[in-house]
Amino acid sequence: MIEFDEVLGRLHGLDRNELGRWVENHWVLAEQHGDTLLFREVDVARIELIREMRDDFAVDDEAVPLVLGLLDQIYELRRQLRRLCDALAAQPDDIREAIKQALPPVR
Amino acid sequence: MAAQSPYEILGVKPTASAAEIRKIYRDLAKQFHPDLNPGKPEAEARFKSISAAYDLLSDPEKRARYDRGEIDESGAERPRYSYRPHAEGAEGWRYQPEGEMDLSDLEDLFAAFGSSGSGRRGRAGAGSGERFRIRGQDRHFTLTVEFTDAATGGKKRLSLSPDEWLDVTVPAGIEDGQILRLRGKGGPGMGGGEPGDALIEVHVAAHPLFRREGDNICIELPVSLAEAVLGARIEVPTVTGRVSMTIPRGSDTGTVLRLREKGIQRRSRPGDQLVTLKVVIGHPKDTDLVESLEKWAPSHPFDARREMPRS
Repeated sequence: MIEFDEVLGRLHGLDRNELGRWVENHWVLAEQHGDTLLFREVDVARIELIREMRDDFAVDDEAVPLVLGLLDQIYELRRQLRRLCDALAAQPDDIREAIKQALPPVR
Repeated sequence: MAAQSPYEILGVKPTASAAEIRKIYRDLAKQFHPDLNPGKPEAEARFKSISAAYDLLSDPEKRARYDRGEIDESGAERPRYSYRPHAEGAEGWRYQPEGEMDLSDLEDLFAAFGSSGSGRRGRAGAGSGERFRIRGQDRHFTLTVEFTDAATGGKKRLSLSPDEWLDVTVPAGIEDGQILRLRGKGGPGMGGGEPGDALIEVHVAAHPLFRREGDNICIELPVSLAEAVLGARIEVPTVTGRVSMTIPRGSDTGTVLRLREKGIQRRSRPGDQLVTLKVVIGHPKDTDLVESLEKWAPSHPFDARREMPRS
């Protein structure tokens, strides 16, 4: 787990109050531990993503939750698709071939 | 704790010009130079950090890279954070949207994507021998009913094909565009799944006499001059058939009479029928009528337009 101050150290120029607000808004998840917040690597990467959206792509505070919501849905689909692909990959050749034949062509 | 930035070390604003930075650096270097501060290790440490900060900020390319966050205050490359590998990795589940599919088995997967299933899909899935069930598709139909049927309710037969039909119970008071759902009358399920539903969109045809207002039915009824002035007992059409009604003596065009519980036949409380009278003279050239009015009118002045607003 990564402490709040360590996140600030890793992400150059990130404002302390701003990060606190993002956690309050539930844009980023964190665990309260005593009087500090603890993050995981995925959270740090997400914080950097939010900052890029705001600073580099001019996504404003109103639109951030919308974009995050859509991204979460896409990644959810990709994770689920990966699970399904893993399951398919583990099937014997004849079953995999049958599935391949059953896939309708993409127009 | 975050390390001090080179701007903080030199005590300059991030917007400071190269000349300003050079001047500040020279002042600080003089102040903390080890040769000028023998035997003071803290001054030497300070001098080192000042030099390192100036080294970074005096090189326009390094300064620009630092400002963009590409390198840290020691000049080392910062790690680039990419969200995708995290989002798709084991920790990504942390941000699973609420209420999203939980694909713990294939049945949920098919449900999540609304797969219709094409017969071949009913067989055992994933080699586990466990059958998966798919609910049948809903089927959509439209049904047009007469105004009176919508007002009274009743059974209608909807033909799907020459030898297939649905018996539909139309509730009294159904509105145009309302959808009735018949459970289990849709397409068959797969692998023991439940059948879908039949969804019937009901259209109510307009009626030449009746008009609906909430649970009441309105109708305009022509009456003769004599019926209006002298009163009469007449027959009126309603959605449940003709009924007789008394027109009180001295009625007029616009008089509204109420027939209780002859409106929308809701079982809980039926609506009323509201009858608006419209006096029709019929034969204006009737000589008896003309003569009697010629005698009557001069002694009975009446302004029929007195309540009309003046324009």
